[in-house]
Amino acid sequence: MSLPDRIPILGWVWEDLLFLTFAGVMLGAALLVVIGRNIIRSGLWMILSFGALAGLYVLLGTPLVAAAQVLVYIGAISVLILFAIMLTQSKEGPSRLVFHHQAWAGALAAVALALLLALTVLGTEWPQADGQLRPSPSADIARLLFGEYLLAFEVVSVLLLAAVIGGVFLAKREDLPDPGEAAIEQVRLGSSPGGPTGYTSGGIGPSEADAARPSGGIGSTGAATTPGALGPSVGMSGRGDAP
Amino acid sequence: MLSALLFCVGSFGFLARRNAIAMLMSIELMLNAVNLAIVAFGAFVPALQNRASIIALTVMAVAAAEATVGLAIVIAIYRNRRTPLVDEYASMRE
Repeated sequence: MSLPDRIPILGWVWEDLLFLTFAGVMLGAALLVVIGRNIIRSGLWMILSFGALAGLYVLLGTPLVAAAQVLVYIGAISVLILFAIMLTQSKEGPSRLVFHHQAWAGALAAVALALLLALTVLGTEWPQADGQLRPSPSADIARLLFGEYLLAFEVVSVLLLAAVIGGVFLAKREDLPDPGEAAIEQVRLGSSPGGPTGYTSGGIGPSEADAARPSGGIGSTGAATTPGALGPSVGMSGRGDAP
Repeated sequence: MLSALLFCVGSFGFLARRNAIAMLMSIELMLNAVNLAIVAFGAFVPALQNRASIIALTVMAVAAAEATVGLAIVIAIYRNRRTPLVDEYASMRE
């Protein structure tokens, strides 16, 4: 069974409906990212916004960019951001004051910018498109990328390498005592006052070791997460551009 | 029509400046808006067609690098400061 050419009631072409849906979802999700109170929910809305944007790329006839969007943004950057959120989440929960004191100034600036852009867009004579969207085949893109734009490609790969190294260096904790050693140290400190009463120290010690070990483990995951989550995106930009 | 829409996203994203990670997320939103503009121009101007895809892919790679380094910096600061809120970073000025 095939769909009719136009939507029955509204008389639109299907692409228009799809475009409006994706655009609406993207805008709404982006708004929710910005004004949402819970930052984890903001991250999840951001994923939805990226997904809708990938749909828009498909509608614009660039499936390669859409695939890259799904891989890089939904796959890598979202995971990275969610990990960072969980690592920096404090135990007290989200603070009550979500926005800055100068948030109203920021809102004003954003509205002014939107007005300015709207004026510019409306005032410009756009070259009229012929309405015919030609899909750009990925073989042509690859030929162009590895021919004319080879230098840019190499520069980007060097940049990604530098970002990986920089991320590892920054997220690594300096002169950290070994986590396991710290836990043992804590256990020894905790149990030495209770030395005379034999079995209470035996009861407390292991539980403190269990409490101390995750805290050490989380820090080292932070250092290990960053390059690991970027890994797919680096591999993608090397491999995904070369079909 | 398309451009106006997506630059609105960018400016809305510009509005979020609280949690440092939320700021990074809105930076990603703005980069996405610009990327959509590039791809849209590429779709409507035939001479730009394949080049726009290349530019968009490059922007994406740069955005990935930026997100990595930015989040690493946020985590490093968090380890020293124990808070992800930017207005408490003022003492870094000294």
